[in-house]
Amino acid sequence: MKHNFTYFIREGIRNMFSHGFMSFAAVGITVACLLIMGTFSLVAYNANENLKDLQRENAILAFVDESLTDAEAKALGAKLSSLSNVAECTFVSRQEARDNYVSQYDEDDLYADLDAGIFRHRYVIHLTDMERMGATVAAIRQVEGVAKVRADEDISNGFMTVRNIAGVISVALIAVLLVVSVFIISNTIKLTTFDRKDEIAIMKMVGATDAFIRWPFVFEGLLLGLISALVSFGLQWLLYRAIAQGISMSDTLQILRVVSFEQIYRPVAAAFMAVGVGVGVGGSLMAIRRFLRV
Amino acid sequence: MIQLKDVCKTYDNGTCALQGVSFTIEDGEFVFLVGPSGSGKSTIIKLLTGEVIPTKGVVMINGISMTHISERKLPYMRRATGVIFQDFRLIPGRTVYDNLALAMHVVGSSRREIQNRIPYVLDLVGLSGKERRYPDELSGGEQQRVAIARALVNNPGTIVADEPTGNLDPIRSLEIMTLLERINALGTTVVVVTHERGLVNQFDKRVIMIESGVLAGDGMGTYEVKG
Repeated sequence: MKHNFTYFIREGIRNMFSHGFMSFAAVGITVACLLIMGTFSLVAYNANENLKDLQRENAILAFVDESLTDAEAKALGAKLSSLSNVAECTFVSRQEARDNYVSQYDEDDLYADLDAGIFRHRYVIHLTDMERMGATVAAIRQVEGVAKVRADEDISNGFMTVRNIAGVISVALIAVLLVVSVFIISNTIKLTTFDRKDEIAIMKMVGATDAFIRWPFVFEGLLLGLISALVSFGLQWLLYRAIAQGISMSDTLQILRVVSFEQIYRPVAAAFMAVGVGVGVGGSLMAIRRFLRV
Repeated sequence: MIQLKDVCKTYDNGTCALQGVSFTIEDGEFVFLVGPSGSGKSTIIKLLTGEVIPTKGVVMINGISMTHISERKLPYMRRATGVIFQDFRLIPGRTVYDNLALAMHVVGSSRREIQNRIPYVLDLVGLSGKERRYPDELSGGEQQRVAIARALVNNPGTIVADEPTGNLDPIRSLEIMTLLERINALGTTVVVVTHERGLVNQFDKRVIMIESGVLAGDGMGTYEVKG
């Protein structure tokens, strides 16, 4: 059947060029769909990455009641560690807190004589799941011996909102745009199939199997999908770099970390190829089904 | 061998196209299937190509029943019968060579087989040197020769021609019929469906006559119109 496959590929290419405008339209619309899907997915991915960073950096501070002795303050660590959603709990003594403070702010030895007594023992707590930050903070406050808790809930909530919205939008868009792409490619191939229905009838008359008739159309869809995937991948790369550059040069947005495209191009390319090929082949199979009943 | 045994065909709209038709065509025969328009001739062609199945009775080709053949096996059965139509049914956007090559690709022939076979078949039908022509660059008679070449290209045991001269003038019609006679002489069974009495009577062949869906005559000789 090797010679047949050469024939199928040749016929697929021929079909594609014989309906050049429709092929161009199908590729254009699929590229647009892939680009929108890709952009939203990458926004969601980056929001998630920033959230993870925040999770790593944004620790909760639990200040220990001053009435507790050093030993009692240290013993509090076991209680805090046992709370659910606490990933890591590190004790920081008054002296360590004072030294950190001085090293951070004392440029002119202004705080050289700062007394450690004005600082409280504290725990630096990292969480497993930032989404449960509010509940965890409340649980920490309930622990006897904890005087005060400081947590930047607003920032983490903001990131989570962005991530969740981008996630939901990207999933919804992916679903809608996938259907649109399949529909467009299917219609393009349906048009070429309709144009060739007499030819298909002749092929059936001379003894062509359904598979023989189907393959060139499948290859046509595959090629349209592959071309769409390649074009949209290139455009996505350019768009991503432009956005990343824009963010890095912005005064307000530069706090965001944008994952470099070089780090993620492989899975992005694989996803584009998979979606492109899936949409192309799926669309062509849908289109040809009706015309095989000759 | 083609066998029809007590075949009846009633279409979904209630039209009764054939009623109890039985005949046998042996391998290597040349048979005219004649009758007026609407007599049921085309239905017999459709039964032979598996386009329709009989309501009652049996249609056998080379011992295989077309009545119970599965969709999967039907293409392979069709390869055993070359079909020629009145309107040629060539693919306009393909050259003569490509029209023939398509029929060979269908059966899985290699490029080398195609390159060897097509010049031979075109020579047989008198179209050598016209490989690169498109159908609309050929006369009606030449287009019908291409259709005959396409029917022959896979070397089928039987050729069924449905009104092959319907679109041709008397001289071209005679040429086509002579060509079919020559193909028959090479061992291929030929069934020609026609209503052209004058043409049939120029050949001393077996004539099966169908009228109003029933077998009205079967014998050697001429096509006589009854009544």
